[in-house]
Amino acid sequence: MEVELIFKISLVIVMFAISLGIAAYATYGERKFAAWFQDRMGPSNAGPWGLLQPIADGGKMFFKEDFIPAASEKFLFILAPCIAMLTALMTSAVIPWTTNVVIMGQILSVQVADLDIGILYVLGFVSIGVYGIMIGGWSSNNKYSLMGAVRASSQMISYELAMGLSLLAIIIMTGSLGLREIVDGQTGSFLGFLPNWNVFKQPLGFLLFLICAFAETNRAPFDLPECETELVGGYHTEYSSMKLGFFLFAEYINMFISSAVIATVYFGGYHFPYLNRMISDPNMLAAAGFAVFFAKIFFFLFLYMWVRWTLPRFRYDQLMHLGWKTLIPVAVINLLLTGAVMILKDYL
Amino acid sequence: MNDIANIPNNNKAAKGGDSKDSISGEYTTLNLGPTHPATHGIFQNVLQMDGERIHSTEQTIGYIHRAFEKLAERRPYNQITPITDRLNYCSSPINNIGWQLTVEKLIQADIPKRVDYMRVIIMELARIADHIICNSVIGVDTGAMTGFLYIFQWREKIYELYEEACGTRLTTNVGRIGGFERDFSPTFHTKLKKFLKDFPQGLQEFSDLLERNRIFMDRVINCGPISAERALDYGFTGPNLRAAGVDYDVRVMNPYCSYNDFDFTIPLGTQGDTYDRFMVRQQEMWESLKIIKAAYENLPEGKYHADLPDFYLPPKDQVYNNMEALIYHFKIVMGEMKMPAGEVYHSVEGGNGELGYYLVSDGGRTPYRLHFRRPCFIYYQAYPEMIKGALLSDAILTMSSMNVIAGELDA
Repeated sequence: MEVELIFKISLVIVMFAISLGIAAYATYGERKFAAWFQDRMGPSNAGPWGLLQPIADGGKMFFKEDFIPAASEKFLFILAPCIAMLTALMTSAVIPWTTNVVIMGQILSVQVADLDIGILYVLGFVSIGVYGIMIGGWSSNNKYSLMGAVRASSQMISYELAMGLSLLAIIIMTGSLGLREIVDGQTGSFLGFLPNWNVFKQPLGFLLFLICAFAETNRAPFDLPECETELVGGYHTEYSSMKLGFFLFAEYINMFISSAVIATVYFGGYHFPYLNRMISDPNMLAAAGFAVFFAKIFFFLFLYMWVRWTLPRFRYDQLMHLGWKTLIPVAVINLLLTGAVMILKDYL
Repeated sequence: MNDIANIPNNNKAAKGGDSKDSISGEYTTLNLGPTHPATHGIFQNVLQMDGERIHSTEQTIGYIHRAFEKLAERRPYNQITPITDRLNYCSSPINNIGWQLTVEKLIQADIPKRVDYMRVIIMELARIADHIICNSVIGVDTGAMTGFLYIFQWREKIYELYEEACGTRLTTNVGRIGGFERDFSPTFHTKLKKFLKDFPQGLQEFSDLLERNRIFMDRVINCGPISAERALDYGFTGPNLRAAGVDYDVRVMNPYCSYNDFDFTIPLGTQGDTYDRFMVRQQEMWESLKIIKAAYENLPEGKYHADLPDFYLPPKDQVYNNMEALIYHFKIVMGEMKMPAGEVYHSVEGGNGELGYYLVSDGGRTPYRLHFRRPCFIYYQAYPEMIKGALLSDAILTMSSMNVIAGELDA
């Protein structure tokens, strides 16, 4: 019991550190990749290859003047970035990072909380995340911030529907809301030559989920809440110092978590073909699974950046049209098809 | 909060039936500019917003008014060229050469063919630079930053060519009354050849990125349209008029600088929306490239300036060794030139449209009156009408696609 408690507490701390570390280095990655796409150098002065840039940026954020507009709602103004950061960090609790490890004869699962409603937990916290943006935009008492906040909330509410519907198809297939069960349902092979990942069974659902994940994290081409050419800085126009840093950090943590969710739900999480046959030691297998999982996460983080520096952004009404008139009907059809196939399978 | 919309308005006519559009009949006042990342330059738009939709708008101009027309009345003719740099600073050489052509028209100078061709090369390079800025900024305003950076390196190459031709980059002050202050250097020739060889590839890359991009097309088609009739009513010229479907181009209608020697087409749009303006500018870059190629291949031999001892500075070795030349040098520098009395109007096809110079001379050392016909000033008058009822995002795209340059708007 004690071993498990210590293990879980250290896992919380380690995952917290990893989330923050990845968020910080995702900013570095974003800038380096952007530079690569655009034939530029990117950050190169702080440390070798500019590797210390995120630390320099973070330090700078702390030393900047912390400005609170006189006309703002002070309490909410301070609360908003905290909510954004808190919800972003909470989401990672249900993600199964790798296979069970054996420590001092005890089998321990590398997951902070194996909730049987894992997916609902993720969706719920992502929904609360919008409060940070909304409250921040509203309490700034700035019209640009308010418009950014309104855009963010309507966008996130619209895209959550399609996201939930595309996940429902997975839940029908797996029969469970727990992320651990969903991951472990993706072992073996599909059609004989493909890994048994949900992406091959639910290609349409995956596309829908991917689009919605971009919209939920407010990333290009759905970065309307903060599009600098129209709304200056959107909901964080009035923010400065580390409060601004919290908003930016929260965005990158959300990217990291949504990449992890995509990898978990659609790409077999920590599973990789033939991995468990090659490695017999459970702890070594866990380490390999962890590496595989993070490789998948990094691929999706890269995808986020790739898309951002390639595509123009939508207009507000086009975004709503896409969400309500395209994605939701397609998601419903996908759900119906999945249900029909599941019923037919029983008869065959 | 003191919203303008909250102040009771007793003027029934001004109110009209507009209050029906909104649920409560109240509008939010949004102050877009003078300093806003999307207004490229210093423009103020006071928008009455109904949510994201623009109900009405009011424009303020004059934030960088520098009284150029008045300044010109106190300056000798040669010293007005640097003023024209600061009009449309995205294509300064066209402004400079346009002014020199106006003075040459007044003094009825005989300009060698080589000067004409050199001017055509420089002006068409400037047109490409101007269109690069406009089109890439449309991309930036839709959120596509990468295309902007790809195409911008070619503007940099054009600025290197300016540097070779006249020594400066942004405010070029290229040429003199009567021609150029120096011939194209050997480096200019190599750089221009390299540019002509490589630029089509770069331009094609930019076209491939945006022209058929679904999101981009959705954003710009039907965004800020203007009909040909309204455009003509306002006095539109240049790419913005051609996007509406009127084939008016000063280079063809009223050829100057031997433009009738060159074979090129005038690209036309149909809707007059942002996409048409974008596409017209894209096509014009290809046409400009064609003109530059033709002009460079057929560049005549001869002198790089006209024989105008009263206006064109004598060479330095003459000035140091010859009393006559020294006197001329002194007179020209001090602005004591023999200028005939009279009035002329000359216009060139600027980067943005018909850039006209109306010059009245009373024979004195400075113009009696000089008026710039600035296309941006005219476009900006139509801006409120074009964005009425549009979304905020559309308003910003309309502004950048008309390529309103603050320096030219406010003069």
